[in-house]
Amino acid sequence: MITLNVNGKRLEVDVDPSTPLLWVLRDSLGLTGTKYGCGMAQCGACTVHLDGQAIRSCVKRASDAVGRQITTIEGLSTDLSHPLQRAWIEIDVPQCGYCQSGQIMSAAVLLAENPKPSDDDIDDAMSGNICRCGTYSRIREAIHRAAEMKTAGRRAE
Amino acid sequence: MSTTKQAISRRDFLRTSAAVGGGLLIAIHLPKLASATESFAPADPFAPNAFIRIRSDDIITVIINKSEMGQGPYTSLAMLAAEELEADWSKVRYESAPVDPAYNHPVFGIQMTGGSTSTASEWERFRKAGATARVMLIAAAGQNWNVDPKSLRAEKSFVIDSASGRRASFGSLADAAAKLQPPKDVTLKDPKDYKIIGKSTRRLDTPAKVNGTAQFGIDVQAPGLLTAVVARSPVFGGKVLSFNADKARAVPGVVDVVQIPSGVAVIGKGFWPAKLGRDKLEVKWDDGANASLSTTAMRADFAKLAQSPGLVAKKVGDPGKTLAGAAKTITAEFEVPYLAHATMEPLNCVVDLKSDACEIWTGTQFQTGDRMAAATIAGLKPEQVKIHTTFLGGGFGRRANPANDFVGEAVHVAKAIKSPVKVVWTREDDMHGGYYRPMWYDRMVGGVDANGNPIAWTHTIVGQSIMLGTPFEQFGIQNGIDTTSVEGAADLLYGIPNVQVDLHTPKLTIPVLWWRSVGHSHNGFAVEAFLDELAHLGGKDPVQLRRTLLTNQPRMKALLDLVAEKAKWDSPVPAGRGRGIATHFSFDSYVAQVAEVSVDKTGEVRVHKVVCAVDCGRVVNPDSVIAQMQGGIVFGLSAALKDAITFENGRVQQRNFHDYPMVRMNESPEIEVHIMPSTEPPTGVGEPGVPPVAPAVANAIFAATGKRVRRLPIGRVDMG
Ligand code: FES
Ligand code: FES
Repeated sequence: MITLNVNGKRLEVDVDPSTPLLWVLRDSLGLTGTKYGCGMAQCGACTVHLDGQAIRSCVKRASDAVGRQITTIEGLSTDLSHPLQRAWIEIDVPQCGYCQSGQIMSAAVLLAENPKPSDDDIDDAMSGNICRCGTYSRIREAIHRAAEMKTAGRRAE
Repeated sequence: MSTTKQAISRRDFLRTSAAVGGGLLIAIHLPKLASATESFAPADPFAPNAFIRIRSDDIITVIINKSEMGQGPYTSLAMLAAEELEADWSKVRYESAPVDPAYNHPVFGIQMTGGSTSTASEWERFRKAGATARVMLIAAAGQNWNVDPKSLRAEKSFVIDSASGRRASFGSLADAAAKLQPPKDVTLKDPKDYKIIGKSTRRLDTPAKVNGTAQFGIDVQAPGLLTAVVARSPVFGGKVLSFNADKARAVPGVVDVVQIPSGVAVIGKGFWPAKLGRDKLEVKWDDGANASLSTTAMRADFAKLAQSPGLVAKKVGDPGKTLAGAAKTITAEFEVPYLAHATMEPLNCVVDLKSDACEIWTGTQFQTGDRMAAATIAGLKPEQVKIHTTFLGGGFGRRANPANDFVGEAVHVAKAIKSPVKVVWTREDDMHGGYYRPMWYDRMVGGVDANGNPIAWTHTIVGQSIMLGTPFEQFGIQNGIDTTSVEGAADLLYGIPNVQVDLHTPKLTIPVLWWRSVGHSHNGFAVEAFLDELAHLGGKDPVQLRRTLLTNQPRMKALLDLVAEKAKWDSPVPAGRGRGIATHFSFDSYVAQVAEVSVDKTGEVRVHKVVCAVDCGRVVNPDSVIAQMQGGIVFGLSAALKDAITFENGRVQQRNFHDYPMVRMNESPEIEVHIMPSTEPPTGVGEPGVPPVAPAVANAIFAATGKRVRRLPIGRVDMG
């Protein structure tokens, strides 16, 4: 039995602590927004936040996440209000959609650390996330758009 | 699968019945096709079925019979119905169709998604479904108000009586409309009055795809649902000799290990225990006939075959004689490898099998066939099998398998363990699972006259048949020629007076399948790269030469001019770069692309920009067309630059994205898409963006370096 803090909730999970966090999230906690794509830190589909950092949950043991804040796509916002979600909808980024949870979680850390990323910054932060449908140009556009929304939002405050 | 183009019958048969909970339900049946695919069709056509449901609360649900794998039918087909219905778009929802003959593909006669046909084949049916509903709602209002329906009109989900100013919402009329007879025929709108069709419309499925709620097959959960990971033969056609499950069973969370026809399934409480158990499983395999399969040997065999002509698929004039008298000739051999679809969501399937029913949740492109296969394995009637089509995390043809591999196997597992089960393929399983795009070897000879104009062209194609051994064989293979092997080559648009295209079909047992753009994926490369070589041989500009050869192809010629203008073909290329052009006609659509590349001293290729022009007839959702071109270009680039499935000792050598890599954000070019305005009927967009990329890049590499690329993947250009 381990205790995990997921999307602000403390949850007891009866699981072998060496299980990758991805499968604890998906199979034990039913948080299926986080996806399996490769299982070896190659594709980014499984990206979640661990204490605000983007990590590949397919290669992170659940025990290593104990005592830390885990955020999944389900915890990014409850009402599609995160600027990245709004930008993703405005620009209609997803095709099949399977990679998009991971894309958005990677982009969220980028924007938190760098409110006005350049194209090179986007290349650096996002090249660990594969999109087989090839939505890269829209992801890039949507990250720029979300950055604008955030800046505009701050100005309004 | 851009196979036969049959006229879609206009004698549609309409039926209505009251929807559950009140409301209007409309179904339009097309007469069943007496086609070669009849064996797929379930015997009993009875089922309540529908394309449109309108609830009393005004919510309009459009039932979509096409699988949503990224290409957007949940939105674009709903747009067709909503347009004719005069619906308030904000009230429109989608629902995935169950399996029923009412939802069969109007041309292929089975329920499936493929061949870039969703919009083209449903263009009329969904608009008619909407128009029929509108006519009935107006008639219901006419009855209520006791006025001639002809004096009424529909707008934004209301029926309006302009004379009296009365308005009734669609929802308030649904019950009354359900009691009416559907009209025998409906008049469709004049396209100039379109309010929805032709306007970029945000996809209805995007919100669910940005908050983690979109359910893919792999996400399906149910109490007590077990997970299976299967050990399959490392060699195609291999069989289990024996296995020892002791260590697998010792893994905590593993509940069972069973043999099934495709291998040995390890069953666990969740993916991780099942996968660990599978890793510990000891299986002795009989590798079978493919034990020594090797790519090196296959390439040598293919190259040898290509030296003599195969079965003739097309012959015009006398290419042999003309070549002998040509001013200059050139011979070139092109090669492309086996390719995996590598959908982002690995294959998976959930099965709940009972004695008298079977329920399946999966992302399939092939509902009718999968249901038949499941029924046969389960010993049930097809109508006892229910398939819930979830979102597909990519399809690209892999989930349209006439062999029904991932569905059939899951039913076998469910049958063996007598429990609901989700079979999950690891990325490695998916990569090794076969049903690849075939490897191809193309030998081409061309000749130009004294003025540098191409006068003769021969193209010998060598590669496995996709259709052979499938139910599509009867119409897909004509006189020994699989039409998908020669598509994009035998239907060459260029006006070259002497042409021969012929085909060798080596009988290999590597499972092969349609891979986004099918035969066009290799013929587009060979044809367009070779035409560039011919242009160079004759001292012609590649765009100018194509323009001359396309005199009788006004749509492609206009598109060529558009792309050349947008890519500034006639102005100098930025220093260190080269531009290449390719055009290709596939799935009844025309696409032209110009790639701008640079190659560094080590031979590494960088694709900076791709300008794309497309003519796909009338456009339903322009933004979706742009998305499909963008996606097709990136998909084609991974294949052009990076990917190959190769064999050694019968075994596939690639395992995961580290050795079967994808183009990533930092390598993704700037892409510009231009849509040619058109009033022609809509044609395909899911696949046609793929074929021109590889040749456009190869031709651009030549422009930049003087080096010809004749073999994919390009990897590094040999700068020696
Ligand atoms: S599933 Fe974790 S990086 Fe691919
Ligand atoms: S949207 Fe399909 S993999 Fe990215």
